[in-house]
Amino acid sequence: MTELIRKTAVELSELMASGQTSSVEIAQAHLDRIGAVDGEVHAFLHVDTEGALAQAAAVDAKRAAGEKLGPLAGVPLALKDVLTQEGVPTTAGSKILEGWKPPYDATVVQRLKAAGVVILGKTNMDEFAMGSSTENSAYGTTHNPWDLGRIPGGSGGGSSAALAAYEAPLAIGTDTGGSIRQPGAFTGTVGVKPTYGGTSRYGLIALASSLDTPGPCARTTLDAALLHEVIAGHDPLDSTSIDQPVPAVVEAARRADVAGLRIGVVKELGGEGYQPGVEARFHEAVELLTKLGAEVVEVSCPHFQYALPAYYLILPSEASSNLAKFDAMRYGLRVGDDGANSAEKVMSLTREAGFGAEVKRRIMLGTHALSSGYYDAYYGQAQKVRTLIAQDFTKAYEQVDVLVSPATPTTAFAIGDRVDDPIAMYKNDLCTIPSNLAGNAAASFPCGLADEDGLPVGFHVMAPVMRDELLYQVGSALEAALADQWGGVLMTKAPELEVTR
Amino acid sequence: MTAAVFAIDDALAQYDPVMGLEVHVELNTKSKMFCGCPTEFGAPPNTQTCPVCLGLPGALPVVNARAVESAIKIGLALNCEIAEWCRFARKNYFYPDMPKNFQTSQYDEPIAFNGWTEVTVDGETYRIEIERAHMEEDTGKSTHVGGATGRIHGASHSLVDYNRAGIPLIEIVTKTIEVPGEKAAAVAKAYVSMLRDLLLALDVSDVRMDQGSLRCDANVSLKPSGSTVLGTRTETKNVNSFRSVERAVTYEITRQAAVLASGGKVVQETRHWHEDTGITTSGREKSDAEDYRYFPEPDLVPVAPSREWVEELRASLPEAPTARQARLQTEWGFTDLEMRDVVKGRALELIVGTVELGVTPAAAKKWWLGELARAANESGNDLGDLGVGATQVAEVQKLVDEGSLNDKLARQVFDGLVKGEGTVEEIIAARGLALVSDDSALIEAIDRALAANPDVVEKVRSGKPAAAGALIGAVMKDMKGQADAAKVRELLNAKLGI
Repeated sequence: MTELIRKTAVELSELMASGQTSSVEIAQAHLDRIGAVDGEVHAFLHVDTEGALAQAAAVDAKRAAGEKLGPLAGVPLALKDVLTQEGVPTTAGSKILEGWKPPYDATVVQRLKAAGVVILGKTNMDEFAMGSSTENSAYGTTHNPWDLGRIPGGSGGGSSAALAAYEAPLAIGTDTGGSIRQPGAFTGTVGVKPTYGGTSRYGLIALASSLDTPGPCARTTLDAALLHEVIAGHDPLDSTSIDQPVPAVVEAARRADVAGLRIGVVKELGGEGYQPGVEARFHEAVELLTKLGAEVVEVSCPHFQYALPAYYLILPSEASSNLAKFDAMRYGLRVGDDGANSAEKVMSLTREAGFGAEVKRRIMLGTHALSSGYYDAYYGQAQKVRTLIAQDFTKAYEQVDVLVSPATPTTAFAIGDRVDDPIAMYKNDLCTIPSNLAGNAAASFPCGLADEDGLPVGFHVMAPVMRDELLYQVGSALEAALADQWGGVLMTKAPELEVTR
Repeated sequence: MTAAVFAIDDALAQYDPVMGLEVHVELNTKSKMFCGCPTEFGAPPNTQTCPVCLGLPGALPVVNARAVESAIKIGLALNCEIAEWCRFARKNYFYPDMPKNFQTSQYDEPIAFNGWTEVTVDGETYRIEIERAHMEEDTGKSTHVGGATGRIHGASHSLVDYNRAGIPLIEIVTKTIEVPGEKAAAVAKAYVSMLRDLLLALDVSDVRMDQGSLRCDANVSLKPSGSTVLGTRTETKNVNSFRSVERAVTYEITRQAAVLASGGKVVQETRHWHEDTGITTSGREKSDAEDYRYFPEPDLVPVAPSREWVEELRASLPEAPTARQARLQTEWGFTDLEMRDVVKGRALELIVGTVELGVTPAAAKKWWLGELARAANESGNDLGDLGVGATQVAEVQKLVDEGSLNDKLARQVFDGLVKGEGTVEEIIAARGLALVSDDSALIEAIDRALAANPDVVEKVRSGKPAAAGALIGAVMKDMKGQADAAKVRELLNAKLGI
């Protein structure tokens, strides 16, 4: 059953239910695949072989005992290393947390465990989720399975690459400015950023508290919806969590119907700076949706052009405060504790040695933006822009049900291409950032390969707060229509990775 | 190192003090401000912690609703407005005993603001304006080891106990307090003392200054007498007893006066109070460069107490201590002077308790401020710690009312109680203090008195009944005081036929 790794979560679940395979067998197949290809891909920072097999065995035992199991019980998953898992090393891609084993599970992790999902290990990411390529990871770059010379996107490049490399059928990401959707677009996989507050942040190592959102990653829309349903829902441990029922995402993904749905194409998210191949696939997808009965109109969101600068004030401000806790006093790296240095000196030496360049850059930016005398001009002003962007969305949703755009201006770029140009790197997230600022739901779905480079293009869908099901409605309709053209999901077009053993 | 100081009178002759008081109150909620950890005092270090109050990566705060309720009650009791909508803010600075390296506090949107209260010093009432009362969390507690002073300077290492981290605090900040200089220190003391009573009455804090559950920072500045221009202030931290508040304010007035009079400048700084030597010493300088980079706490949602809830809490407030005093004074019929003595002697609650047991206010006051206050004074104890309670005072008074004891004997019973000689009954038995109610013994004594004082008997019989007092005195003396004077008079009158 080596082809177990090619199956979707839904298929694996059926195979287990019919007794054709076991969770242990599935976990082992994926662990073998990780062993075979991760040397090239480097999607994982930590593989929890023992833990995964134990979880899988526990699910098998429950199944044998006739217990009622959820749809994802026994299905393996790759977890972004920014979420705490009790007893399993968690680094957030940073040296400053090297060796730290959290004493508690994130709410998302606790829900995965309760659903019987088997956690294979922790995936690579830009340090503290600051980046769009995984090149800011302290533990090396992840490679895009579509082209190992290219980045897989970021910050959650490890999770998406794991899906694209068939190392896991499901993954968890976190999206602060596009960290789920942009890697999804670059790897030809599905990445969903739920409504802010729709999934719990408890146990998510904070980058920017008002933006961070955990979400599902998968190779198909239905798999993503099933995972979404498992992790979403109110959490009393997260004050910003929304106390409302989880939107009917699975039902919407199964329906795959856009007839009568009003879709708005965001005028400002396209044109100059957008790769022709990306725009071509995007517009074809829009036409396809029109053919499926959607009503498509162009919509203007005039303040989106200010989203990037506002984001790069709000994010560093919150991050500078969130990252203050990494001070060598209670956990993680400690440098210079020689008995002579003061606590303050040890803090300083540890942060100097433990944080990478991009983290330091953003801490400095944020510290400056919050300083007295600058606060109003920077942080205060950015918050006003944020309100204007939210108003743009509100007005747009008066006309349409969902908004669409390309997920990224370009396809995956070459490793090293943009490391010396932070602004070029930041521009990757032009399309994805507005939804984070407004707290909307948004997702990227594969919509083809760009002609210039043959790399995946992402179709970006944005929906109002707590209307996450609309994302799946559009995504699954598009997926079904494209599969008719392609003879399967886009991933089937990915080049075969060379297996190293 | 003792700085040159002025005598307080000299200082006040030249300068007017201006004060501001910041009081931190630890609430008595069962759990911490932002997590479910217990708040008990004295648990082994770091046993009352969790990912949230340790600031572990990924952990998030959730506001303790009971702490918000306590904050509102305090605000209402201090006549504050209660915010319809307010937020928490992060106060960013690095310190090893702060788990997150920011304190979750409130900044420009406090839960309560614009209030006032009153304190009484030497019969004068002073109004104190309250700027704000806001919610925040306590930090951990550092112990500096290996140095001579217990301070961080000179220590070889420090230990941090995070049990205290996250305990709910309310910070109550006054506006500037300007009262006649000679009253300043006493007003400061009276304010903190009043707050303690108020917080106890509200049942929102244990207010144990010795355990640090009420901590006072005193801001003091001086301006030349009559000037309206404020001087540079110092902030004396952690002044943790009523008496210390008074002493620390007085010390700062005298110190700053000496600095200013010698042409120097008062440095804006934090100062440490030394209980043993009664002086303050320079701590860190508080320059304008200190920047806490406050911003709204993104991990928490705004607190928006409904008006209905606020009104419910207002209705549930116990009577304010000052109002209660006024009411009791009227009910008891005490003069201002008498009431002041009662409050000053810390006898108020004891008298309340005694009156509740059926003793008249006058009698209760007589014992507590008389015999018992004297005993407390002699032994250096608090009136409340004498080992005599309202129950015993009521018991003794009942015996007096019944005629089994007189005041003189009652005083001896109290003496026995203070000395721990047993119960009222035991002391009366052991010391033989019961009044002689046997008529024959009294009649024998009367006969002896009549025989010994024929001239007085003559006077009484010749129409001067007032002279009988001398005879009664003689009988009481004969009985060694253990007779009911009224009874003696009755028997004597019968004997003399008047």
